[in-house]
Amino acid sequence: MAVKNFVVASFDDEAVLFPAVKKVRTAGYKIHDVYTPFPVHGLDQAMGLRETSLHTAGFVYGITGTTTALSCMSWIFTSDWPMNIGGKPHFPLPAFIPITFELTVLFAAVGMVLTFCYLCQLAPGVKKHIFHARQTDDLFVMAIEVTAKTNAAELKKFLTSIGGLEVNEQRVEAGWWYGRFDREDRLFDNKQPEPVNA
Amino acid sequence: MHLKYESTLREPLVDGVKNYHQVTEDIISPIEGKPGKLWYIGFFISLLLLGFGAFSVTWEVYYGTGVWNLNKTIGWGWDITNFVWWVGIGHAGTLISAILLLFRQGWRTGVNRAAEAMTIFAVMCAGQFPIFHMGRVWMAFFVLPYPNTRGPLWVNFNSPLLWDVFAISTYFTVSLLFWYSGLIPDFATVRDRAKTKLRKLLYGVASFGWTGSAKHWQRHEALSLVLAGLSTPLVLSVHTIVSFDFATSVIPGWHTTIFPPYFVAGAIFSGFAMVQTLLIIVRKVLHLEEYITLGHMEAMNKVIVLTGSVVGCAYLTELFMAWYAAVPYEFDTFYKYRAAGPLGWSYWIMMTCNVITPQVFWFRKMRRNVLVTFVMSIIVNIGMWFERFVIICTSLYRDYLPSSWGYYRPSWPEVGFYMGTFGLFFTCFFLFAKYFPVIAVAEIKFVLKTSGQNYKKDMEKFEQQSAEVFEAGLHHDDDHHHDPHVAPVHHS
Repeated sequence: MAVKNFVVASFDDEAVLFPAVKKVRTAGYKIHDVYTPFPVHGLDQAMGLRETSLHTAGFVYGITGTTTALSCMSWIFTSDWPMNIGGKPHFPLPAFIPITFELTVLFAAVGMVLTFCYLCQLAPGVKKHIFHARQTDDLFVMAIEVTAKTNAAELKKFLTSIGGLEVNEQRVEAGWWYGRFDREDRLFDNKQPEPVNA
Repeated sequence: MHLKYESTLREPLVDGVKNYHQVTEDIISPIEGKPGKLWYIGFFISLLLLGFGAFSVTWEVYYGTGVWNLNKTIGWGWDITNFVWWVGIGHAGTLISAILLLFRQGWRTGVNRAAEAMTIFAVMCAGQFPIFHMGRVWMAFFVLPYPNTRGPLWVNFNSPLLWDVFAISTYFTVSLLFWYSGLIPDFATVRDRAKTKLRKLLYGVASFGWTGSAKHWQRHEALSLVLAGLSTPLVLSVHTIVSFDFATSVIPGWHTTIFPPYFVAGAIFSGFAMVQTLLIIVRKVLHLEEYITLGHMEAMNKVIVLTGSVVGCAYLTELFMAWYAAVPYEFDTFYKYRAAGPLGWSYWIMMTCNVITPQVFWFRKMRRNVLVTFVMSIIVNIGMWFERFVIICTSLYRDYLPSSWGYYRPSWPEVGFYMGTFGLFFTCFFLFAKYFPVIAVAEIKFVLKTSGQNYKKDMEKFEQQSAEVFEAGLHHDDDHHHDPHVAPVHHS
């Protein structure tokens, strides 16, 4: 993606975080993201995120599994190699149900997990910037992108006033890259950071 | 805040004074320290067992299945008994992680991670038995339907044994995905507090680069819910299909329609017993008594007494039907060769362990007694092993033809193979307990402020309020979220 400037504030309680999210949005700032150590219910609505469509994807994968199982088994048993198994019918639908069900579940589960990983850019070896080491422990960390129109100093003051702790400015890669968490990756050493609000 | 209101009458799920950081500290710090002496001893014993198992299996593969004491009459013995037993044990993990999630049972959060790990390891153990029973294991891939040069000669899609291949492999895959997707955020927690380079590197890879973004959590929640919804019928289907291996045959003692629900209840019964065995040790060794509380154990003991009684009813139903159906072969199987006869002792071990002894759990005091629970969990597992042995061997050893009647006792490679799977199971479990967060950290944090002991007092003021005042407070505080099911809770 791109190297961007962010103003970062931490919150130590949901009771402070929720009003803060609302105030930040009302003030017209665009929240880049809020990082939380556990799923905070209602935060997605508060941030104005749309509901995920992952369920729909799961349904589509499941149907694919059903179709695959049914069509393969019936093709094999009726046309490719019609075997005589104790004189039983070549298209025994009830006997196909267990495998059809299992493949439905298998396709839906595998498909959904892969889609989830793809959408969230999760894979072994993927690295992303961690704004605060405690965002996976006990802090709720809000990152707001600093654009040409943003007055960073004012934003910092504002975030402190609404309960933000350790408010600071970070210039980081906003996307993901292949990297190792035991190394400090200097992704933009050769690029001099442009002065903010020049 | 965004929290659900939970009555103070409900027992806390997390004891002691905790905040989010303390939860992380309590659960993650055992990973960061050196394991104790007990861990090394246990791990070493597991490795020895695994080694002996590998030796027994190698012996069997080299000389053929003839080294097992199976014969023409008793074609299934310890191997399939152990297979069904291990698969059954796995079922409790999925029940806890999936079915209890759908039923919104908060107490599952303390035990689901370890129970799911148990599921995966148990299914791994189970899978060994049918594979090595094939004899020529290098042909094991013949069970897969793939276009081949032998015709193509396809597998028989009508056969319950093939359904089993699909059921067990799907079950293993889905359980693994479910388990690992829950582990990703917790691995990120370990990664971000790691002090050593190696730990940062390894947990960094294992955490897939998780950051805890709000959008990612939203998708994660959706994923967990759908996987739970998929796993629920899946877990029921797996043991149903395992029971079809028997029920679709015409052997007296196997050919019964009661098998699917009876097997599923038995699976959950034995699985919960194994969860108890493992968690009683884990909570003690890793000092997690505040997260895996007596309340958790009591809840699981309730499931044990329920499913144990279901299984007991199934035994009685079988006996009744054997008499009522008036089929002499079936009557003899149950009354002459199962409840009596040379293998009759196994039937009475099963009855005692599965039906009689679990009745102690009708008493609250017993349900909350750690020692009683531990002893009972082992008794139940012995009983459930014998249940499978009884179903398989006592139905087979008295054939239609008295000249083929026989007796069966295992040979050393069979016993060694079984011991080896214990080795595999506990080797995996010891590694899990050392290197993985044994309790789902993020999920505990999620329920902490409703169900933690030190947050319970915050609910007291709502208990005093009238419904109207409570309702008014709800709307007053509702300006920053729109979930109608939540109560305003402020912490100072």
